[in-house]
Amino acid sequence: MRAIVTVIGKDRVGIIAGVCTRFAEWQVNILDISQTVMQGNFTMTMLVDLEKCELPFQEVSEQLRLRGEEMQLSIRMQREDIFEAMHRV
Amino acid sequence: MISRSEIFETLEMIDQQHLDIRTITLGISLLDCADPNPETACRKIYDKITRLAANLVRTGEDIEEEFGIPIVNKRISVTPLALAAAASETEDYVPFALALDRAAAETGVNFIGGFSALVHKGFTAADRKLVKAIPRALAETERVCSSVNVASTKSGINMDAVALMGRIIKETADLTADRGSLGCAKLVAFCNAVEDNPFMAGAFHGVGEPECVINVGISGPGVVHHALLDCKGATFDVVAETVKRTAFRVTRMGQLVAREASSRLGVPFGVVDLSLAPTPAIGDSVADILEEMGLERVGTHGTTAALALLNDAVKKGGLMAASHCGGLSGAFIPVSEDAGMIASAEAGTLCLDKLEAMTCVCSVGLDMIALPGDTPAETLSAILADEAAIGMVNNKTTAARLIPAVGKTVGDRVDFGGLLGSAPVIGVHPESSAVFVARGGRIPAPLQSLRN
Repeated sequence: MRAIVTVIGKDRVGIIAGVCTRFAEWQVNILDISQTVMQGNFTMTMLVDLEKCELPFQEVSEQLRLRGEEMQLSIRMQREDIFEAMHRV
Repeated sequence: MISRSEIFETLEMIDQQHLDIRTITLGISLLDCADPNPETACRKIYDKITRLAANLVRTGEDIEEEFGIPIVNKRISVTPLALAAAASETEDYVPFALALDRAAAETGVNFIGGFSALVHKGFTAADRKLVKAIPRALAETERVCSSVNVASTKSGINMDAVALMGRIIKETADLTADRGSLGCAKLVAFCNAVEDNPFMAGAFHGVGEPECVINVGISGPGVVHHALLDCKGATFDVVAETVKRTAFRVTRMGQLVAREASSRLGVPFGVVDLSLAPTPAIGDSVADILEEMGLERVGTHGTTAALALLNDAVKKGGLMAASHCGGLSGAFIPVSEDAGMIASAEAGTLCLDKLEAMTCVCSVGLDMIALPGDTPAETLSAILADEAAIGMVNNKTTAARLIPAVGKTVGDRVDFGGLLGSAPVIGVHPESSAVFVARGGRIPAPLQSLRN
């Protein structure tokens, strides 16, 4: 299953590392990543593959949310299908 | 891959424009629960609903979590109870409503629809018992919704049923007077009721439906409104295109959720209901869309035309996005559940007569309208008859959900809480319709040709 992860918040050192380290631990493969900083606001979108991940989707999602809270970021993960449905015919 | 801007556009729709799936409704047939012993029938009903809907709420929540899209309501609709209860040897149908209420509480759904009777051509003995039980059923339960189909294009208007429903609405208002006559917010009188409607309070599981089915109701007035902000001064051609495009996207999401829910629950997918359903939240209003088209306030001249365009464009956009469409499909204009409609009714722009005109071109009808508590039953019946006539002649579903709020008068406000919102009491004509309603009988079905 593929999912889109979005990270939004104030820019600081170690955001990408903070998220990606977790993904490595969980065997979540990062297929694409794009980030930008606009007026001090950090936004990142990632396409990830959860095929080899042993944790259930909900668990990964919740862990990410908690990690986001620690780092004062909004992190959320949604299945890719919803974006495909809305933007691709 | 999906672009960054598409991702953030979707998130903005969900976070700021109130995009959500309004309801996942599980339709369940109760025809096999019939039993001469009413207690046995109630037990069978409870057992069947709690068995089939055991995972409904949890599945809905799982889908919400994975797709990141709110699913506001998880609900159940059942076979019109007058059919399922007809075999039972009892005069009192209230226990059936209590059984439905218990099943709804056990499964965690917020509403269960189907305490219903289809009497457009006449009453069976069971229909009479059911309608008689409606006021107490709605007063004694929390989650049960009731509907009565009093007219259809093919059979005309059952004016005996219309007269009776006026009295039933009054009685329901009286029995729930301590809660702002809330019972009436869960009672709908229909013309041309549909069998696969996922929306409350009028949902029931029709006899042509399978054993069990998933129907999904979408929403998204806020998203349509937001899209129209970029069309200032543009022609109606552009407005219609924009609404269509937006409706397409929203419906695709509904179709995705419907398919997912259907496969996880192992229940066939029925329809996506292409409706624009507002909520009392600011920015989630159908009235805002109509005003964005250039009306100073919804209810003024031009409102009916604006609504006609919106209703049609929503359907055209949604049709291609869903494999099966059905239910009520169209724009809803419930007064109490739409901040813009409330504001206009309070300002006196939106009156009952204009609302009636609007129902000629939109989905459903006179919805969640608070009327003075001293409105005579005959006047309520006459309003129902007018609304049924619109549906009958125009080959569409119309409904009336009227709340004659006990102790309230024009200018007061009735608060129902939650999604049902609050409604300003609007006036009715003081002139009597009593002699008209007292005639009874049937208004014949209309001609289907020479249609001018």
